[in-house]
Amino acid sequence: MKPAPFKYIAATSLEHALSLKAQYGDEAKFLAGGQSLIPTMNFRLARPAVLIDINEIAGLAGIHPSTGPTRVGPLTRYRALQRDAAFTGSFPLIAEALPHIAHPQIRNRGTIGGNLSHADPASELPAIAVALGARFRLQAVKQERWVHASEFFVGALTTALKPDEMLVEIELPLAKPRTGSCFMEIARRRGDFAIAGVAAMVTIGARQECTEVRLTFCGVGETPVDASPAARCLIGHVATEAALRDISASVQRMIDPGGSVQATADYQRHIAGVLAERALQTAYQRARNGH
Amino acid sequence: MDIDFHDITLSANGQKYQRRVESRLLLSDFLRHDLALAGTHVGCEHGVCGACTILLDGEPMRSCLMLAVQANNHEISTVEGLAGKDGAYHPLQQAMHDHHGLQCGYCTPGILMTMTAFLDENPSPGEDEVREALSGNLCRCTGYQNIVDAVMAAAEKMRG
Repeated sequence: MKPAPFKYIAATSLEHALSLKAQYGDEAKFLAGGQSLIPTMNFRLARPAVLIDINEIAGLAGIHPSTGPTRVGPLTRYRALQRDAAFTGSFPLIAEALPHIAHPQIRNRGTIGGNLSHADPASELPAIAVALGARFRLQAVKQERWVHASEFFVGALTTALKPDEMLVEIELPLAKPRTGSCFMEIARRRGDFAIAGVAAMVTIGARQECTEVRLTFCGVGETPVDASPAARCLIGHVATEAALRDISASVQRMIDPGGSVQATADYQRHIAGVLAERALQTAYQRARNGH
Repeated sequence: MDIDFHDITLSANGQKYQRRVESRLLLSDFLRHDLALAGTHVGCEHGVCGACTILLDGEPMRSCLMLAVQANNHEISTVEGLAGKDGAYHPLQQAMHDHHGLQCGYCTPGILMTMTAFLDENPSPGEDEVREALSGNLCRCTGYQNIVDAVMAAAEKMRG
């Protein structure tokens, strides 16, 4: 028995969960997959007084495609995303990143909403949400609001969520036609935390010129890092090797990774530059090849 | 704080259990201490080593990253349920034996639960897929090669 004592409540509905959170505020944590929360509780790094378990709430999990954006319920497990061929076809960037998220047993339990709300700086999905231009619906008992992914991640393990709010819906816009994407990551071992990871999206026009480029990173800052401005020089041009090398150098100048005992800041910066170049190249080729 | 107890009902390896558990009791400790199903091993207790892998409603998960109270109304499978009623090994257990897929055996229950579920979903895996599926289970004895051999042999046997 390792976690410190807490009061456990299995919420029976979203309204129930939200009213409990309104009552307990910062004293309480929502328990979704628990694949980050329970380890920190086992270490007693986290000692929430109350756990509000949302796993038994019907309707919080699910993938809802439409002619516009796809809406994903927060309790949708990584494995459910991987198994949904329509979803992985629509969001190849997410499909490419999912195998990097821990291990199969963790992906069977961990959830997309829990991941985004936890906001680990090394985590893949926050960086991808920023690259995709995702929006999140945050709900409290009486009101709700939509927040763009770019404004949701405030700091390491810190989001725009207020103490009485839950992330209840993730809205993923479909990529424009002729968009190629690529996710790459370097970690010490398979499934380990990213030393650096990159999400790249390139949209091209009739002359194979880039019309839109997005480039975001995980693992190299307190929050996902949007380095799209470094790649803006590609707009209107074909992606040449020289241009990609320049972007790589710009990325290395603009990011400010923290470094760790396993990877110094300089090494992380180097990796991020290399990944930027490779991922943009691959994304551009995929746009040209039509997938 | 008063101790926070909950009454739960669950099934483990097909048998129903009713117990009263403290909310902070991990599922791994519950299986070992309350149900005496000590085949589920506890290694790192933070989700890295995979020794405590069990099936929750048929899906492999870390029992050290779940609370016992969360198993309420769910179905758990542990390594004790793998062998047949007559004691005959599951084909993967037999293959692990035949291929020397274990030495100390500490990681073995977690590997068996992970890989039997994997083979149910993917009866004809390639060696790369087996290694990928094994990536969440640490073994410090074998170097993994013999485990991979055992899984490939079991897959062949199970295909018949």
